[in-house]
Amino acid sequence: MSPSASRLARAPLVHPLAVRVTHWINALAVLVMVLSGWRIYNASPIFAFKFPAALTLGGWLGGALQWHFAAMWLLVGNGIVYLLYGVFSGHYRDDFLPVRLAALRRELGNALHGRLSHRLGVYNPVQRLAYLGVIALIALVVLSGLAIWKPVQFQALAALMGGFAGARVVHFAAMAALVLFVVGHVAMVLLVPSTFLPMLTGRAGKAEREEV
Amino acid sequence: MKRLPTVPPWRTLAADAAPELRQLQRRLFLKGSLGLGALSLLSGCSVTDAASVQKVLSGMSRWNDRVQALLFDPARLAPTYPESAVTRPFPFNAFYGEDEAPEVDGANYRLELAGLIADRRPWTLARLNELPQASQITRHVCVEGWSAIGKWGGVPFRAFLERIGADLSARYVGFKCADDYYTSIDMASALHPQTLLTLRFADAILPRSYGFPMKLRLPTKLGFKNPKHIMAIYVTNLYPGGYWEDQGYNWFSGL
Repeated sequence: MSPSASRLARAPLVHPLAVRVTHWINALAVLVMVLSGWRIYNASPIFAFKFPAALTLGGWLGGALQWHFAAMWLLVGNGIVYLLYGVFSGHYRDDFLPVRLAALRRELGNALHGRLSHRLGVYNPVQRLAYLGVIALIALVVLSGLAIWKPVQFQALAALMGGFAGARVVHFAAMAALVLFVVGHVAMVLLVPSTFLPMLTGRAGKAEREEV
Repeated sequence: MKRLPTVPPWRTLAADAAPELRQLQRRLFLKGSLGLGALSLLSGCSVTDAASVQKVLSGMSRWNDRVQALLFDPARLAPTYPESAVTRPFPFNAFYGEDEAPEVDGANYRLELAGLIADRRPWTLARLNELPQASQITRHVCVEGWSAIGKWGGVPFRAFLERIGADLSARYVGFKCADDYYTSIDMASALHPQTLLTLRFADAILPRSYGFPMKLRLPTKLGFKNPKHIMAIYVTNLYPGGYWEDQGYNWFSGL
């Protein structure tokens, strides 16, 4: 074992392999879904704007639909693996729960005053809420997508979303919230760059270990 | 303008080659027009990359055909609506402008039948109107994302297929239209109780804009699977494709 490898092996595990793999597959799936979804939206916009064609994926409506309905299997398949892992490994119970309101308020107040507490491997209350929230958002984007794809076969689900047209609005709103999350998520990584490597290697770098 | 084909178009060489030509055009188009998003995903982005990516996407689309056939419940009815919910005016949509819609001469119209059908004698509009009629108010959902509610009336397609002695165990029903449009559906969807050989729209004779003299209406499929200006119907076990399907739209496109 090389010296650097042995150092990595001794470093505490921040993100288990299953979380890292599903995280990056999810990132790719969401990217493809959002960019192809923008192209599909452009074919019949529900609001008074279109997405710049250069930012979209697929080249035309038919191509975008092909990307969208291929990547949906990646998003859902990967999501199911991640949920099963999270439940049965205790990842959610140990790392995300509970979310306490008082702690959340304190953490938000600190963050607004520019004090970001961050300990690798420990999720603060704001992070807990954000990550649980984004799981719920992806579930909503998948369910509203199902209602749009199959408004006859899944008509009860579509009715719950306000019918076919309503489901399109729910799908759009969930996408918009998801994109906002990604913007915030990436901004936080830029503010605290030491969080990036552990999502690749699983372990904290030397400097962070000394802090912990 | 009357555009009755002299030779059934599905038997001509040009029609046989058309899907391949269109696919080639589409591929060249794809090569030139992948958006920024695609470029960032495709390392290198050579022609072979685009072709192999397209192969995977087409394969996934065929997989989705199979999944949708499994999801399709032949007994599940699409929601129906009251007259007050009908969208007025109902939108016109085609791959050409409304003033370019084909003008079919109703008096000389003969619906041609071909393929796995016992009685392939052509049908006049008068004889079609003598068959038992039904009507429905359902939502038309376009692949583009918009939808509109309309009222259609005509002959339940299952009754028509039984009447002409179509092989109901065959896989596909294909349609050839006066505007050179063509498409095909699975037999299970053809036999769905709401699938209607439509002769009327909003209780009046189907207007030219909406597909005179005849449109197939399936509230269980996207709008482009509802062919207008139908000139010929055939039953087959060979995959017939379709105008948009051959360019990349998903073939099953069930709702």
